[in-house]
Amino acid sequence: MSGTTNPYQNDRGNKDASITRKGGEGDMVPSPGTGQAMNTANAFLIGDTMTGGYGNGPDILHDCTIAVNPGEIAVIVGPNGAGKSTAMKAVFGMLNVRQGSVRLDGEDITNLTPQARVAKGMGFVPQTSNIFASLTVEENLEMGAFIRKGDIQDTMDQVYTLFPILKEKRHQAAGELSGGQRQQVAVGRALMTKPKVLMLDEPTAGVSPIVMDELFDRIIEVSRTGIPILMVEQNARQALEIADKGYVLVQGRNAHTGTGKDLLADAQVRRSFLGG
Amino acid sequence: MDFLNAIVVLMNFVIIPATAYGAQLALGALGVTLIYGILRFSNFAHGDTMAFGAMVTILFTWAFQAAGVSLGPLPTALLALPLGIVVTGALLVGTDRLVYRFYRQQKAKPVIFVIASLGVMFIMNGIVRFIIGVDDQRFADGERFIISARTFRDLTGLDEGLAFRTTQGLTIVVALIAVVLLFWFLGRTRTGKSMRAFSDNEDLALLSGINPERVVLITWLIVAALATTAGVLYGLDKSFKPFTYFQLLLPIFAAAIVGGLGNPIGAILGGFVIAFSEVGITYAFRRVVGYLLPEDMQPEGLLQLLSTDYKFAVSFGILLLVLLFKPTGIMKGKSV
Repeated sequence: MSGTTNPYQNDRGNKDASITRKGGEGDMVPSPGTGQAMNTANAFLIGDTMTGGYGNGPDILHDCTIAVNPGEIAVIVGPNGAGKSTAMKAVFGMLNVRQGSVRLDGEDITNLTPQARVAKGMGFVPQTSNIFASLTVEENLEMGAFIRKGDIQDTMDQVYTLFPILKEKRHQAAGELSGGQRQQVAVGRALMTKPKVLMLDEPTAGVSPIVMDELFDRIIEVSRTGIPILMVEQNARQALEIADKGYVLVQGRNAHTGTGKDLLADAQVRRSFLGG
Repeated sequence: MDFLNAIVVLMNFVIIPATAYGAQLALGALGVTLIYGILRFSNFAHGDTMAFGAMVTILFTWAFQAAGVSLGPLPTALLALPLGIVVTGALLVGTDRLVYRFYRQQKAKPVIFVIASLGVMFIMNGIVRFIIGVDDQRFADGERFIISARTFRDLTGLDEGLAFRTTQGLTIVVALIAVVLLFWFLGRTRTGKSMRAFSDNEDLALLSGINPERVVLITWLIVAALATTAGVLYGLDKSFKPFTYFQLLLPIFAAAIVGGLGNPIGAILGGFVIAFSEVGITYAFRRVVGYLLPEDMQPEGLLQLLSTDYKFAVSFGILLLVLLFKPTGIMKGKSV
């Protein structure tokens, strides 16, 4: 390696082994790091360097890391097909993770089924069909608390305080509500398990901008109760504005990571994903 | 007076029999619709499940009769019914463990379940014929009439008699109790709600921690209760013959589909629609009309739209019309 490539290490003409070492310099290069502090060692919920795909199909995620801490809102953004929802499903156990691990509160849950993860305290709101359309709002919430023993009235009251409109419509079939109200039912249902972490897959998909703002407000309120929230979002700009931590994924890899503000300020992120 | 006579004839030959028959169909259709809503396939073995339940109940009834146990004016079969339900429940749960669970684990398509249920149907059919034979069995005892035609005539002084048989009254009352219990269970209890949730959105039910195997187990038990009750009531009202139960499959499915598959209220509604159509279309209205029209305008024919031999054509016709024009049924169930 020495001599031919790096002129500074060319010891041609100097054959005195006492001055230059035979074989040239050592080839260890000190690493400068990524320049992006992730602080994932103690993360409350972390999908750590996950590689995997659906079934036996090709890998969609490549060494992808997603983490969230209590009191935080972490947002996964990225272009279409970047594997945003896939990353979240991997954390929730709906994907074959072939490498890496998922840990909740320090416990390795990589091998648990989604149902078992719910029992461990993960609340998940899928993107579509996330409510029981033919059941009333109240029954939806009751079913959310199905795994809990004992009184659920307190939690239900909390959900009603958080989403007052649901209390008003609690005897109405959930399928008859508007898009934004359905999403509130979906989030409420997930909150009924008293989750330690809440995962939302595109909660604002298909709702109007006004409703979207309201939903974001509600999500911030939920986060203020101390529940860590991991969220996938299409509306990258608004999502990053409320995010404590943002993950930009590209083709199943972590492309940029930082606080929401940092990412919004980052020239490259702006140019690539936020339209300037 | 003639007008009253016409009403009595209509009650006696159309409304009362059709109501009783409708209640039996409704109970049958409820079973079919529950299985469709929760296990997501059309259970062709349902008619023979009813036959099996009725057969077990008949055997217990005979045992009670031999032992001299009776319910006085009520049929002894009522006492044997719970035992019949238990045995039928065991059979259905056993069948599920043996047959359907395998296909559930394979995540088989509904059509495969349907064909499997066809196989189950033939086996159940065979079991019933093997144990009790193919002939008519009568097992009704106790008081035959709540009001007999003669008592009614004496009581009212009308020309026409109105007979209200115990089995008809019993059918309506028992069906009503069964339906109220079912709706209370589905609407008020946690387990019932979890069944509706499972039927509505299977994936989300899983995420909510609802155990599908438990839901399936309870569904089969409820279906056993409904099918046995329907089978026994039908047997009491008419007579028990294994082949007629197989034939009941058509009106029962017609009722479930007309009402909207997967919708319990629809199943009940559908049961009565089919029953009233079947009885109304095959009844000769000559006597009813005869009382209403003046002497010189008496009808010459029977005023019967279809001979009773063709009663199954009525179910078929309604089924075709519904599938052509409103495949989700009256109450917006799932389309077939």
